[in-house]
Amino acid sequence: MTTLPHTPGPKPTHWVSYPRFIWQSLVLATDGSFMFYAWMTLLTAVALVGANAWAHQVAHGMIVTNMTDHVSWGLYIANFTFAVGVAAGGVMMVIPAYLYHDRRMHDVVILGELLAIAAIVMCLLFVTVDLGRPDRFWHIIPGLGRFNFPVSMLTWDVIVLNGYLLLNLHICGYLLYIRYLGRTPDPRWYVPFIMISIVWAISIHTVTAFLYSGLGGRPFWNSALLAPRFLASAFVSGPAFLIITMLVITRVAGSAKMDFKGPTRTLIQIVRITILINLLMVASELFTEFYTGSAHVAHARYLFFGLHGYHGLVPWIWTAILCNVAAAVLFLHPAIMRSVRWLVVACVLAFIGVWIEKGMGLIIPGFIPSTLHEIVEYAPSLTEWKITAGIWAFGLMIYTVALKIALPIFRGDVNFSRR
Amino acid sequence: MSSEKPHRTFSLPVLGDVSRRTAMKAVGATIGVAAFGRAILPLAELKDRVTLQEFLQKHYKELTPQEKATIFERLESETKAQYGAAVSIRDPPPIPGVRFGYAINLSVCNGNGRCAEACHRENNHDRATSQSYIRIFEMPRGTMDLEKGRSTYDHVVPAPDSFYLPVQCFQCENPPCVSVCPVEATWQEPDGIVVVDYNWCIGCRYCQAACPYHARRFNWQQPEVPADEINPDQGYLSNRIRPQGAMEKCHFCLHRTREGRLPACLEACPTGARIFGNLLDPESEIRWVLANKRVFVLKEELGTRPTLFYFFD
Repeated sequence: MTTLPHTPGPKPTHWVSYPRFIWQSLVLATDGSFMFYAWMTLLTAVALVGANAWAHQVAHGMIVTNMTDHVSWGLYIANFTFAVGVAAGGVMMVIPAYLYHDRRMHDVVILGELLAIAAIVMCLLFVTVDLGRPDRFWHIIPGLGRFNFPVSMLTWDVIVLNGYLLLNLHICGYLLYIRYLGRTPDPRWYVPFIMISIVWAISIHTVTAFLYSGLGGRPFWNSALLAPRFLASAFVSGPAFLIITMLVITRVAGSAKMDFKGPTRTLIQIVRITILINLLMVASELFTEFYTGSAHVAHARYLFFGLHGYHGLVPWIWTAILCNVAAAVLFLHPAIMRSVRWLVVACVLAFIGVWIEKGMGLIIPGFIPSTLHEIVEYAPSLTEWKITAGIWAFGLMIYTVALKIALPIFRGDVNFSRR
Repeated sequence: MSSEKPHRTFSLPVLGDVSRRTAMKAVGATIGVAAFGRAILPLAELKDRVTLQEFLQKHYKELTPQEKATIFERLESETKAQYGAAVSIRDPPPIPGVRFGYAINLSVCNGNGRCAEACHRENNHDRATSQSYIRIFEMPRGTMDLEKGRSTYDHVVPAPDSFYLPVQCFQCENPPCVSVCPVEATWQEPDGIVVVDYNWCIGCRYCQAACPYHARRFNWQQPEVPADEINPDQGYLSNRIRPQGAMEKCHFCLHRTREGRLPACLEACPTGARIFGNLLDPESEIRWVLANKRVFVLKEELGTRPTLFYFFD
């Protein structure tokens, strides 16, 4: 780079400082320890395996998946639903920081906002790989194709997901750039967007629930409790992931100048409530289904106990129930505040529990038995697992790189004047 | 650039002095991009199937008659190239003053399955999967609970103490599949038939999730039909060979019925259980059935208002 005068002269314009910010971000994103390179290489390899599997799927047709006309959505939409929850869950850092003015949360809230970005990118990818004709993608772009708004809930989802992505890109981009310049962020340029993003976070998961709950022909999903359940479980999985993130950062990067203790405590207290609300709502749905015992119970019966000799999802859902209950017990135990090990176990259990409950335990049983009460089972194919793993790896790459850029800038290690 | 300790550097032409780390990053990025290119190479197989014209093709409702003619010609030559069959693709319009309705007499239907076979041949369904828009459920007498029925029976019909329930698209007046489509690739025509623009559908399968009757089928791969078995009499919105990755469904054989002929399933039925006609014509047989028989529809409580009715004599 050309040398700029270090003496305080006229303030450099954004034409100079913004490209420098981008360049500096690129450097930060690609500089690291051996462990960092090993981690990124691993993720790249998995993402490439996924890209290759997807290319085969597009060329040879969705026949390479194990989906059928009976179970027409599978692992992709299951993961999509879960990832929307993780994106929305990030807001559980934003609310304490901005609505309750929790000072220590305020310093690390960018972790939640960056998580939202990575998770939304994963959502968009999971929907894209589920399309039979990704080459016709432009048909859904408003103005260019034919956007069936407002009737189709999927068009609402396109709007809220992309809107949430843009909101968080703006908030993170603005705060990082201003911190990089060493200035104090102007609240007018980000606080209104934060307030919108809080409401918006609720909306992405509500709309995603409405995708399913609005279908009269699918009794398993056709429940008013679906959206609240989605939100409650999102506020378990998002904070659980963020707690682990903070523990990892402390471990590998050191927590110098970043206090994660207070925010971790706050998130634990949030999960203590949300995990119980979620379990209560699951129990409430199951009571209504099983006690009534109408024809609607077929899906829940298949899911939990098997139906007419078919048991494909039974191991999945009991794993989820065990994980969720064990996580709830651990979170409520006072030791969770002291023991990092138990905290990690609790977070991992909660994360896996919600992943199954909202994915394989919610999307798949909606199709089994089918609308004409036939039972065709489903287990993901190798291609589906590869593509799913690829998207998760890509999402983790985005999050890793985003943190690599954001943390040094927020700690003040890197800024415009000190080069 | 970074504030770390000075790196070992070496000189390169054009770029000048670069640090070892920067050079390694460039090598890594190059390998990464090359590997990505190799990973998505299977997409190259699509270049014959997804032509530029295909990619840029507009929605059915936005096409001029001239554009339609060009597209039909292109599809005909593609069928010739891929399947070796000479076909003609037409687009018969809905007839003003006609709203189609269907009724099936369950006292007469004996589950012989000719309707499903006729649909399979008429509509150029994939041979390997024996695809058809019609599924027939063998039901034990004394129940209307589909959970007790079976669509996979394989024995002499009619079985004792059973009745048979053929199910296909009910061309609902209030079709949930049309509401949920994010790109308007499926819609209801003025004669009540719910159609799909197979060249506009993005294959998200939301309509398949929304349909309460399992009426929609997805093309999980390119359908395979031997050249000599292909029905050359094809409609753009009906029985032309569907592309991989798009949705399809029963269209009441609109390439026949809009020209005064009967649906293939009705023509094939040896029992006379099927009655098809214009719901708006008070003199039609279907209207007589609706007026004089105790007809019912499946899952009436969902408010989909099917226009395919069942009745027992």
